[in-house]
Amino acid sequence: MRITLRVWRQKNADAKGKMEKYKLDDVEEDMSFLEMLDVLNEKLILAGEDPVSFDHDCREGICGSCAMVINGTPHGPQKNTTTCQLHMRHFKDGDTIDVEPWRARAFPVIKDLVTDRSAFDQIIQAGGYVSVNTGSAPEAHATPVDKVSADDAFDAATCIGCGACVAACPNGSSMLFTSAKVTHLGLLPQGQPERQTRAISMLAKQDELDFGGCTNVGACAEVCPKGIPLASISRLNHDVLGATLAGARAD
Amino acid sequence: MSELQQEPTAVQGEGRWLLGDPIADDRAPDSPIGDRWSDRKFSARLVNPANRRKMTAIIVGTGLAGGAAAATLGEAGYHVKSFCFQDSPRRAHSIAAQGGINAAKNYRNDGDSVHRLFYDTVKGGDFRSRESNVHRLAEASVNIIDQCVAQGVPFAREYSGLLDTRSFGGTQVSRTFYARGQTGQQLLIGAYSALERQIAAGTVEMHPRTEMLDLIVADGRARGIVTRSILTGKIETHLADVVVLCTGGYGNVYYLSTNAKGSNVTAAWRAHKRGALFANPCYTQIHPTCIPVSGDYQSKLTLMSESLRNDGRVWVPKERGDSRPPNSIPEEERDYYLERQYPAFGNLVPRDIASRAAKNMCDAEQGVGPGGLGVYLDFKDAIGRLGRHAVEAKYGNLFEMYQRITGDDPYEVPMRIYPAIHYTMGGLWVDYDLRSTIPGLFVGGEANFSDHGANRLGASALMQGLADGYFVLPTTVPNYLADGPFDPIDESHPAVVEAVESTKGRIDKLLSANGNRTVDSFHRELGQLIWDQCGMARSKEGLEKALDRLPSLREEFWRDVKIVGTGDGFNQSLEKAGRVADFLELGELMCTDALHREESCGGHFRVEHQTEDGEAQRDDENFAYVAAWEYGGEKPGSKPILHKEDLEFSYVHPSQRSYK
Repeated sequence: MRITLRVWRQKNADAKGKMEKYKLDDVEEDMSFLEMLDVLNEKLILAGEDPVSFDHDCREGICGSCAMVINGTPHGPQKNTTTCQLHMRHFKDGDTIDVEPWRARAFPVIKDLVTDRSAFDQIIQAGGYVSVNTGSAPEAHATPVDKVSADDAFDAATCIGCGACVAACPNGSSMLFTSAKVTHLGLLPQGQPERQTRAISMLAKQDELDFGGCTNVGACAEVCPKGIPLASISRLNHDVLGATLAGARAD
Repeated sequence: MSELQQEPTAVQGEGRWLLGDPIADDRAPDSPIGDRWSDRKFSARLVNPANRRKMTAIIVGTGLAGGAAAATLGEAGYHVKSFCFQDSPRRAHSIAAQGGINAAKNYRNDGDSVHRLFYDTVKGGDFRSRESNVHRLAEASVNIIDQCVAQGVPFAREYSGLLDTRSFGGTQVSRTFYARGQTGQQLLIGAYSALERQIAAGTVEMHPRTEMLDLIVADGRARGIVTRSILTGKIETHLADVVVLCTGGYGNVYYLSTNAKGSNVTAAWRAHKRGALFANPCYTQIHPTCIPVSGDYQSKLTLMSESLRNDGRVWVPKERGDSRPPNSIPEEERDYYLERQYPAFGNLVPRDIASRAAKNMCDAEQGVGPGGLGVYLDFKDAIGRLGRHAVEAKYGNLFEMYQRITGDDPYEVPMRIYPAIHYTMGGLWVDYDLRSTIPGLFVGGEANFSDHGANRLGASALMQGLADGYFVLPTTVPNYLADGPFDPIDESHPAVVEAVESTKGRIDKLLSANGNRTVDSFHRELGQLIWDQCGMARSKEGLEKALDRLPSLREEFWRDVKIVGTGDGFNQSLEKAGRVADFLELGELMCTDALHREESCGGHFRVEHQTEDGEAQRDDENFAYVAAWEYGGEKPGSKPILHKEDLEFSYVHPSQRSYK
C-alpha cells in the first residue's frame, strides 16, 4: 500500500510544531500502525533526519503508553483498540493519514507525539488507593464480595491510563479516568472506609490540575480502548454528592 | 570489589571461559526447610523507626517487585528513591501478564499445601533451583493473596463471593488466582496505588522517565546509580545507603519476544560489569503459543494464553509443504502431533515440551503459514462440542485480540501459532537474602535468578515478583541497613566521578559513530543469531558459531551505528542504542553458558543431550549447580569466570520428567 502521512513534528515543549508530510510506498496490511511508523523512522534515520518520537512499550494494548490522535480520533478508527493494536488493513492504498499527539492542556507536548501525562499519577496520589500497609491484611476470604460487584469493579479497573478520554473531550476533562478508579474501589468492601474522601479528594485534585470540567458530552467513553462506560461518571457524581451531604472533606 | 574478585584464583577452563572458586549461599538458616524463613526473619536485624528516614534506599524498576518493595519500604519509614524509564510507574511490563498468580491457599480442598507448591516448583524447574528460596516463595504466596485483596485487586470470584481459581500447567491442583486475562495488570495497579500513596505521603521520591546507566560502587559497597533523564538527557547521580534492582528480564536480546519494547538488561548488566555475578543466563523460557511473525517489519510478538490449550487442538498437515487452506485438509491428513506423541498429557504438555515439538514439526517442513513457521491451534472440535457461545465466554477476548492482529477469525479458521521468547529464568546471582555479590546491591523479581531453576511454571512469575517486593526485600534490606550509617559520600568521590565519566564517554562514543546502520538493524541481526543458536535447540557447533560471530558484530555496531540527534534531549534512538550495546555483550555470555552446560534441562535443550525418544536428558552428576559468571573484563579475548554453586536436594529428589 502507498500511504501519505501528515505527522505533528515539534522539537520540544517550547518549540512551535507543525504537520510534516511523509510518503511510504511499501506499507503492508499486516503491519501494526506503530510498525508502519517504525518503517518511517528507519528511513528518516538513514536519511539523517530526526525520527518521529512516540511513546510505546508493551504493544499489546495493556500498558497504556501509546497515544496518538489518528485522523482526528484518539487511537484511530477501530473501536476498543489502542494505537499499538490497530493494523494497517483498516486503511486503503492511497490514503492520507493525520497523526497528532493528545491535545489537552493538562498533557503538554514533550516532543512530536509524546506528551506529559503525569497529571494522571497526581490524581491517583490524591486517593486512588486503599490505605492498607503491607503485612496488615486480613485473610482474603474474611470478606466475601458478591460476584456482580467484583466483576463490575474489575471492568472499571481495566483502565490503562492512556488518556484518550481527555484527548477526546472538548473540555479536556479527566472525569472518565477519575471515575473509573472511584468506581473500581467504591464497588468493593475494601474501598468503603475511604469512599467519600476518595471521591472528593480525587475530584478536587483533578480540578486543581489543568483538566476541564465535565459537561456530559460522552466522547470519552466513545474512544476508550477498554470500554469504560459513561455510567462510571454518574457513580463518581453520586459519590461526590453523598460525600458532600455527609460533610466529607478532601484530604 | 567483592570478596570473590579479590582472590584471582581462577584457573584455565575450557578455552572460552575460566573456572573460579565455588560460591555458596550462607544466608539460609540450617533449620528444617519449613522453619528457615521464620528463623531468618527473627535473626534479621532491625532499624529503629526514628533512624529509618535517615536512610536512603534506591529502587530501580516499578514492576511487581520494585513497585511493591518501594511502597513497603516507604511504609516502614525509609527514604526511598524509585526509578523507571517509562512515563509512569504503572506502565512497567508486569502489567502485561495474563494468566494468573499461584498461591497455596488450598481453598479447593484438593490437597494443596505450601509443601506441594514448593515441590511442584522445584520439579517444574527441572531441579535447578535452590530449595530454601523456593520454599519461602511458597510460604509467601498465601500472604500475597491476602495483601492484594485488601488493596482492592478485583480477582475473579464465584457466586458465593469467594475467590475463584483455575489450573495451570505442571500441577494437579487448582491454585491459580486470576483477574480475567489481565491478572498482571490488576496486581501491578495494586502495587502502583500503594506506591502512589507513599509518594503522596512523602516517603517515596519518584523519578519517572529516568534510566539507570551505571552502578556506583564506592569503597566496596553499592552506594548509588548514574542515571540519564530521558526528557532532558541530563546525566545525574543518586547516592544512597542501599541499591535494589528490580529491572526485569532480558528476553529482548532476541529482538522479537513477548517483552515490552523498552524491556532491557542495562541495569543488571552494568551491575554485572561492576562485580555482580550473573547466574544461568542460558535459562530462557520459550512460550509455545504466540502469534507468528508476519513480515520483516515485525516489532514484537504477542502471547496467546496457555489456557487456550485446554480446548484447542494443535496440528500440522501430514504431508510436507502442504499449502492448502486448513479447512480443506481432511481429518485423516492432519497430524495432531502432541496427542500422538504425549497421549497422557496431549495438548497440555508443559511449555518447553510443546515449544520444542512445534519446532520439530516446522524443521520437518510440516509447518504452516509464511516461511512454514507456524502450527495450527484448532477450536473446531471445541465449538462442535460446547457450542460457539461457550467457547466465546471462555476465550472471547483472546479470540478478539488474535483477530485484531492477524485479520483472521479463529471461530472459522484455526489459529496459527508459533513459540516465542517469553521469560528469562537466569539473572543476577543472589543469596537467600536476595543480596548480589556486591555488598549493598540487592536484586528482586525477574532480574534475579533465584526461584525458577531451568523452567518457570505458569503463574509463578507474578508470585515471585510480589513475594520479593512485599515480603523478602522489606526484611533483608533493613538487615543490611542495620550495619549503617555508612560513611557519607558525595559527588567528588573517585568512584562517582569515574562512573559519570564512563557513562558520558559511552554516550559520546555512540553518538560519534555516525555510521550507516540503524540500531534496530543491529538488534534484529543479534536477535536472529541468538534465536537460531541459543533458542529452542542448542548445539556445540551452533553456539561456537555464534560466539565467533558476536565479537565482530559488536565491533561493527560501535563502528557503524547511526544515531541522529544529540544526547541532550529526548532521543529514542540513543536510548535504544545503549540497550542494544549491552544486549550484544550479554548474548555472548548466554552462548558461553549454554555451551558450557553439557546437558539438557528445562528450557535449555542441547541436541547432543537427549534421550532416545528426543526428550531432554539432565546430567545431575555433573551439572546440578548454579552457573554464576563473573565478568572477565573489557579487553578483547578476556574470558568470563565460572563460579559454581552446588545445589542440594534434601526434600525433593530429582527424577526424570515424563509426560508421555
